Amino acid sequence: MSKTITIDGKAIPFEDGQTIMEAATAADVYIPHLCHHPEFTPHGSCKLCTVKVNGRNCSACTFPAAEGQDVLNNTQELIDDRKKITQMLFVEGNHFCPSCEKSGNCQLQAVAYHLNMLDNHFPLFYPKREMDASHPDVLIDHNRCIFCALCVRASQQHDGKDVFAISGRGINKHLIFNAESGQLKDTDLDVNDKAAHICPTGAILIKRTGYQVPIGQRIYDHHEIDEISLATEHPHGE
Amino acid sequence: MQVFIENLAASHNYQPTRLLLILRAIQARYHYIPEPAIIQLAGLLNIPDTQIIGVIEFYSFFHQSPRGQYELLVSDSITDAMLGKHSLMNYLSEKLQVAIGAVREDGVASLDNTSCTGLCDQGPAGLVNGYPLTHLDRPRIDLITGLINQQKPVDEWPRELFQVEDNLIKSGLLLDQPIAQGEALNATFERGVKPTLAEISQSGLRGRGGAGFKTAMKWQFCSEEAESVRYVVCNADEGEPGTFKDRVLLNSYAEQVFEGMTVCAAIIGATQGFLYLRGEYLFLYDKLQAILNRRREAGLLGDNILGKGFVFDIEICLGAGAYICGEESALIESLEGKMGIPRNRPPYPVTQGYLGKPTVVNNVETFMAAASIAVNGGDWFAAIGTDKSKGTKILSICGDCAKPGIYEYPFGTTIQTILDECGASDVLGVQIGGPSGTFISNQEFDRKLAFEDLATGGSFIIFNNSRNILDIAHNFTHFFAHESCGFCTPCRVGTSLLKNQLDKIVDGHGSAGDVVALEELCQLVKNYSHCGLGQTAANPILTTLERYPELYQSKLKKISYEPGFDLDSALETARQMANRNDAAAHLAQIGEDNE
Repeated sequence: MSKTITIDGKAIPFEDGQTIMEAATAADVYIPHLCHHPEFTPHGSCKLCTVKVNGRNCSACTFPAAEGQDVLNNTQELIDDRKKITQMLFVEGNHFCPSCEKSGNCQLQAVAYHLNMLDNHFPLFYPKREMDASHPDVLIDHNRCIFCALCVRASQQHDGKDVFAISGRGINKHLIFNAESGQLKDTDLDVNDKAAHICPTGAILIKRTGYQVPIGQRIYDHHEIDEISLATEHPHGE
Repeated sequence: MQVFIENLAASHNYQPTRLLLILRAIQARYHYIPEPAIIQLAGLLNIPDTQIIGVIEFYSFFHQSPRGQYELLVSDSITDAMLGKHSLMNYLSEKLQVAIGAVREDGVASLDNTSCTGLCDQGPAGLVNGYPLTHLDRPRIDLITGLINQQKPVDEWPRELFQVEDNLIKSGLLLDQPIAQGEALNATFERGVKPTLAEISQSGLRGRGGAGFKTAMKWQFCSEEAESVRYVVCNADEGEPGTFKDRVLLNSYAEQVFEGMTVCAAIIGATQGFLYLRGEYLFLYDKLQAILNRRREAGLLGDNILGKGFVFDIEICLGAGAYICGEESALIESLEGKMGIPRNRPPYPVTQGYLGKPTVVNNVETFMAAASIAVNGGDWFAAIGTDKSKGTKILSICGDCAKPGIYEYPFGTTIQTILDECGASDVLGVQIGGPSGTFISNQEFDRKLAFEDLATGGSFIIFNNSRNILDIAHNFTHFFAHESCGFCTPCRVGTSLLKNQLDKIVDGHGSAGDVVALEELCQLVKNYSHCGLGQTAANPILTTLERYPELYQSKLKKISYEPGFDLDSALETARQMANRNDAAAHLAQIGEDNE
């Protein structure tokens, strides 16, 4: 491997066509992210993966790696700002971890812990958002949606369907379903679809499974998100 | 309705890229987009319902519930506010018996605010069913109310209500010598396509939208792409509050703008061009179509331009109320019939633009200048201006001055010169480049109009000493929160947080630490947002906070702790429920600390 970039001073090999995120993950370097998933087209919207490339802020998940890039990832400034971006996601919706059945398996919560987020920092919006419990097997809690569009992409790119979309503008963004009634039960979503299992928060839940794994025995109860992320998203499937 | 929609879709060849035009027609006819129309249209265009709903919810001019048969919108631009918009709006609301943001019970009229309509030199301005109303005042509102209550069709209303003036006050290099029809194309073919690109390069022309990318370089990159299908797009989504020069250029110099696009097409090898016209300029649509037809008849567009076998044509697309579509990649998304969400870059539009093909997107004024340069040569243009900013800039001047309107100045002109010529006195400061630009104080009027000093897409708003800086920052900050597309976290959440935090301070509920928190939030939104909207959304606060820190500080309460909310107003719901409003039902939260 001849081509390299540096991340926090360390030489990281890359292949043409790889993003900074892909090169980093392959080299076991964790860059915090929520809207990114290696199986789907990068979205670049959550901005948690912002890194400094030769002095300029770029989203690692969409920015192509190129020779000569000096990338800063683990600086105090970036960590502090990523924490604030995570806090933005918390105050924008209604995220009450203690009463959420995703707690412990939630990537939003895990990233927040990883970034040492101890409070909301910003005033809460307390938006009025609905739930959709119409589907026999899948529950949608809009209170927890962070508009990462992972379900949108998983449905289109993996399941060969088009169940979800993000609609609206600005702070009024919201998740919608592809059905005349607008209800989830009238879509062709199946409980085994990837889209039903991809949500990084507790916005899409599988019914009747909530507490099968008790709190205390869940993924992020015992492992940091960087560890899990590198173990599951490594391109060679290690 | 079914037949109407079927015919409408057929007239657009069932092309999903025409979704905005189709929805505009449905909105115009039914004053909303009925649900059955969405379902039928999804089938006809073979796109998911969600794409149509997404587009309806994204653009301000589309609605899923009925608006009035007379949809009235009044501009929210700061310049309209300075011309007394707020009291006029209340008057209109009272006269018309409809609340702001609501539809009258009989369904005849609806009233709401809208972002700047590009009529800042003849405001207060508004739109009725998409057509511009200028110089609004109480007598005009009385007249309009009467017409609505008689339910007189808008096309039978007195023409003077819709009179839009050019107000062309000072012309220079470009506006003084418009080219003759076909002159730039003839010159291009005579000189050769490559040498013409060399002339444009020699001219030093940089993009007139404000960002200032070298035009010749953009065209060259696009022409070098391997893809054979390429597009030319003219960005006439002039949404920056305080900007209206493209409206005038398209009203009086459209031939030259189209000719500039055609020259570009010849240089980059495009066969199709688009003019993306902001929805607010609907009144120019028919006129521009007629000009395109004239140019087709004159052999300047079509299958064999000037008999040289050169094929190129231009289609006009209309926006539907979304400032973000002025961002070039959002504009391309919108042209494709989608929500205007800026793309990830790279790839840039010159590589992958409209329908994934190499695309040049330039401002109206850039194409106009390019046409002049094709005729007069690069040196003619480069002789004027500064080292890094060649030629002239066309400004839309408005706000507190005697002669608002269109002015053309060589780059390098000082702000003081401009203020003197437009009749501005007792000036507090000038907003240059609109809300996304810079506020300069009256200590800085020796600064120059130039990319290397004060860049502007054309917006130049003057404030005199009777104006309040915080009102200005407030108006602009609310504008950005309203126009954020919501794609990325820092802008979606951050612009709303900025709005709330600024309101808290302006409304007198801020305390020690709140200005620091405001500034910290500004930096976050600026440094982490996905596109130019978010990256500049904090400018109104940052540029005024930098110049007038004491003004912000003076709004803070002299208390040592930081109240997170206004206790008394938080009790309002409880008061209503208890049906009480006596003194004991109010709580004073903040006793000022003893000094």
